[in-house]
Formats: sequence, C-alpha cells, structure tokens
Amino acid sequence: MSELAVRRFDAVVVGAGGSGMRAALELARANLKVAVLTKVFPTRSHTVAAQGGIAAPLANSTEDNWHWHMYDTVKGSDYLGDQDAIEYMCRRANEVVIELEHMGMPFDRLENGKIYQRPFGGHTQDYGSAKMAMRACAVADRTGHAMLHTLYQQNVRANTQFFVEWMALDLIRDSQDGAVIGVAALEMETGEVSIFQGKATLFATGGAGRIYAASTNAFINTGDGLGMAARAGLPLQDMEFWQFHPTGVYGAGVLITEGVRGEGGYLLNKDGERFMERYAPNAKDLASRDVVSRAMTTEIKEGRGCGPEADHVLLKLDHLGPEVINHRLPGIREIAIKFANTDPIRESIPVVPTVHYQMGGVPANYLGQVVAPEGASQEAIVPGLYAAGECSCVSVHGANRLGTNSLLDLLVFGKSSGEQMAKDIRTLPRPHRNLPKDAGEPSRARLARLDAAGGGERVADVAIELRRTMQAHCGVFRFPEDLAAGVEKMKQVAARAGRVAIEDKSKMFNTARVEALELDNLVETALATIVSAEARKESRGAQARADFPDRDDKNWMRHTLWYKDGGRLAYKPVHLKPMTVASFEPKVRTY
Amino acid sequence: MDRAARDRLKWKCRRGLLELDLVLERYLRQYPEDAELAELLDLPDNDLWDIVSGRSDRFDGNLRDIVTRLRAN
Repeated sequence: MSELAVRRFDAVVVGAGGSGMRAALELARANLKVAVLTKVFPTRSHTVAAQGGIAAPLANSTEDNWHWHMYDTVKGSDYLGDQDAIEYMCRRANEVVIELEHMGMPFDRLENGKIYQRPFGGHTQDYGSAKMAMRACAVADRTGHAMLHTLYQQNVRANTQFFVEWMALDLIRDSQDGAVIGVAALEMETGEVSIFQGKATLFATGGAGRIYAASTNAFINTGDGLGMAARAGLPLQDMEFWQFHPTGVYGAGVLITEGVRGEGGYLLNKDGERFMERYAPNAKDLASRDVVSRAMTTEIKEGRGCGPEADHVLLKLDHLGPEVINHRLPGIREIAIKFANTDPIRESIPVVPTVHYQMGGVPANYLGQVVAPEGASQEAIVPGLYAAGECSCVSVHGANRLGTNSLLDLLVFGKSSGEQMAKDIRTLPRPHRNLPKDAGEPSRARLARLDAAGGGERVADVAIELRRTMQAHCGVFRFPEDLAAGVEKMKQVAARAGRVAIEDKSKMFNTARVEALELDNLVETALATIVSAEARKESRGAQARADFPDRDDKNWMRHTLWYKDGGRLAYKPVHLKPMTVASFEPKVRTY
Repeated sequence: MDRAARDRLKWKCRRGLLELDLVLERYLRQYPEDAELAELLDLPDNDLWDIVSGRSDRFDGNLRDIVTRLRAN
C-alpha cells in the first residue's frame, strides 16, 4: 500500500468559521505555521447566518458590567454552565469585541461614535431585574457575515494557509500517550487522503443541526468534529441539549424571526384556536422560545396539528396588513412564498419548532484544551487537541444558550485556544514526533469499504431515516416511551449506515463519497444525543421531559459524557466555583 | 459537463445560509449543468440571497436570465 502524503504544520485548525479563524489568526500572528482545513470557502461557513449580534458589557448605552452578564449566562444555562468558564468569557468579552473593531469590523454606531448596542432576550441589568441590558453589538442583521469577512482578511494578511474543499476524516493519535498529532483529510478535488500533522490540532467544526428533519442549520453542519472525536475514543458532553426555535418554516427549516410575533403575529392550531393563550396567559405568543416550542409540540402531539399529517401549526400575520408585512418585516414574505408556497399577506405560514443550536460538544476547558476522564482525573487534558465554538462544550451555555452569546463564545474561545496552542507548541521539541505506522489507516479503511461495497443502503435514505427518527423521538418535548423506542431505532439506523454503498466510485470530486463520510458523523452525533437524553431523568433548559417535568439539582446537576464504545455514559460535576467571585446558587429559572 | 464538473458545481452550492442551500438544491435538480451558475456562486451568501429573493438587483446584466430562472424556481 502506498504511503500517504504528509504535510507538517505547527498548528492544524479544522473549520474556518468564527472560532477557527479567530484561533488561526492568533497562531499566525505568533509566527507559527498554520493550516486551516475547510469543506467550503471560509466566508461560506455557517457563522454567516448569525444575525443578532455579539454580547459584550461595553456599557455604551446602559449601565452594564461583566458580572451582570455572567449572572444572566449562568441563569440562562439553567445552572448547568461551568461558572469558571462563564466568568472567563464575560471578562474577556469587551476585549475581543474591541479587537474586532480594530480589525475593521463595521459595527453599527451611536452618534458619539461608540459601538451601538441593542437589547436581547435574557440579557438584563442588575442580576435579572426587569431592566434590559443593551449588550448586543451588531452589524445591521449581518453580524456573522461581517465577522467572517473581517477575520478572513486578517488571516490572509497573517499568512494563514487555507485548504479549501478539504474534509478532515479522522484524528491521528499516538498510542503511546494518547496525544493527538493531526488529522487525516480528504482533498475533494483529487479524492486523495493526506495526513496533516500538527503539534496542536483544533476542532472548530461547528454544530450538527442536520441530525434533525426540521433544522435551521445549513447542509454543511454535519458534526464532523464530533464524529472524529467519538471515533477516536473521546467522549461527547451534554449532547441532549439542543435549542429549538419555535418558528421554522414547515418542511424547510428556514427561520421566521421572533420579530413577526413581536409585530402581532400569532400561532393557531387546526381548530383556529390561538392556543398560546392557554399556555402563557400573559406573554402569549411572545413567551420564551422553549415555552412556545413546548406548547406547539403539545398541540401537535394531542392531535390539534394542521395539515393532512396534523404535524405543524400556523403562524398568522395576514391581519397585520401588507404595509406592516412589507415594511416592518422585510424578507419574511419572500421566505414564506419561496419555502412554504404561502403569501403571508393572505394566508398563514405553516411552522414547527426547529432545531437551531447545539449546546453540547467535545468537552474542553476555557483554554480550549480538550479534556476527558483518565485515571483519577475527571478532566485530564488530551495532549495536542483543542476545541472551540459550537462543536465544543466548554461549557458556557449549559442547558440553554442566550442569544448573542454564541458569537461571543467563538471570539473568546477561538482566541484563548489560539493562545494556549501557541504556548504549548513552544514547549515542544522542534521536530515533529514520528508518525505511528498506521497513521491514516482508519480513514483509508473507511474509504476502502465504500469503494469495495457492491451494493447496500443508499446514503440519502439512511440520512432521511436518521433525521426522522431524531425528530419524532428526541424533539423539543420528550416522552419516555418515544425516547426508549428512539434509542433502539437509532441503533438500527447506525447499523444501516455501516452498510451504505455508493454507485459511482470515482475519486475526483465525488460528492457522493463526501456525503457518505458525513453520514458517519451524523450517526455518532445522533446516537450521543438520544442516548444522553433518554438517560437524563429531569427537565432542564432545552431538555423537557413529560415524565420528569422539573429540574432535579440533587441528582442531575452534572454533565453527561457519552462514549461511542458501547454507547456508554459517564457523568462529571458542574464547575460551580467561578474563578474569582462567589458562585451563583441555583434558583428556579423564571423570566 | 462531466460528472466531476457537475459535482464541483453542486458543492459550490453548499452555503452558509440554509435559504441558499434549499433554493440551489432545487435549482440543480432542474438544471444540473448550468455553468453560468458558477459565476453567481462566487457572491457572498447574503448578497446572493438578496438577489435570489428579489430584494436586490445588484448583479451583472449578462446574468439576468439565470437570475430570472433562480427567482422563479
């Protein structure tokens, strides 16, 4: 068998969204040789879809400070977030936003020239008072877009080497000490596998929202980092926690902003009843995301859904009139016409709760170092491996993320990972380690199986079954019998995924091959999610169980760790002690 | 267009915005070999979505036909 080509760098970064590019910039500016691998052109990463803004307590418009921001984040996480990591993030927020401003990010501004800040759900003044904090820094409704472009330009200037249309396949670890020494990756153009060896490797591969049938995530979000970590024997943390957005277009997933309900739009069941009046008599359709999503799911579950399958509800806004729809809600009409074949000026839009954000991921500390139980330690550092952004679980979002904290997470932990990687690289001997003899073999074996399979399951069929199973059995509101049956079904889906075959075996730019490889990552993510959800016998943040409706701090104030090996679960404590301040004690979460 | 060229085009339709993923997937099913599409795909996601959804007309005049097809799709 021919040897695989080896490319050596100081640092290998997998993923070119916000966190990957922020980390790469830190490394390249430290004069290290950095490779960034990405499936799509960097500015087409899913970070581009982030509209809301970046949270930072700059106090440009209202009084604010990092401790208030920390309180909101801890409470928002439903007390599952690690308070040391949350303190770290909130204390570095102003710094990373101002840095981005200096890099040329065209933030919206106040008349005095300072960055304009707007209020956002869950962000308050004075530890949860009724007064909202103005904390979100934005570039109109294109914050993610502006951030990606700014970071990309800075990276080009700093000589980061981008490998575009390369898909990382598997981690390479040294069996002597478990250290990660790089990844095997597929160059899509040629179909060849190469080894990218690094003294430090960062996963910044984003979320895996494509495991659900109803998802706001782009097609690229297949959890590649999660799959690689799981196959390398590392645990995935808190995967049961997925944030749902109440109003995704039925059948498409595209988001209809909360602003529609803010302008007076409301939800109807098949009887034409405005059902939110029953679930939230005061806030009604403007109750928080999880409350509205649960109410919608209950309506559907109890047979009051709309359409021939009774599987969605309707968002009514025609009573607002064309004036309001066209001028106050730009883009909504186009989305409804394009994706629901419905003109909201005349008809209601079919919607369902739609998966939006993954709170769990590869366990990491606030320096980006990946940690896993080993011997007596619950959080031993995995040498050479780092993770940041949506693919990681630091855990600052705990059981539920606040809006605008995700872009902040990308910047803070992208930067801290880059700093820590640079520091660690300098302590290592100058030459790279010797590669293990079998480096890249697991990836080559996966491809060889696909090449040899004469017939078998179709990738698209298995992926559809996976998404349907997750949607039906592990959605926004979780029922014990559905979860138990779902675990078994997902095991069958996983078995089918092991038998997929592709018709065209060509190597050169074969997207069927890539999609088959992505399916492996979806399978690991979906299994981790449903097994973890079935085992957690409580409701907390985004996990809402019909049989255990309350939070149970006595038994469940702990992080879940799922291992691919036998689908085993382990648990570890939440970091309740912050770095310098007193803990925020768990309270009932009300808004 | 050979298979690899079709796949290259298909992959360029993998975007950061789900809106574009969906529209382009639908478009490729109907026109799997439209080489003109490649030129539009170099645009940033938000600019391309504004064009496809009809909110912007900022595109090269010789791409009018394909934009019309995309909008109708």
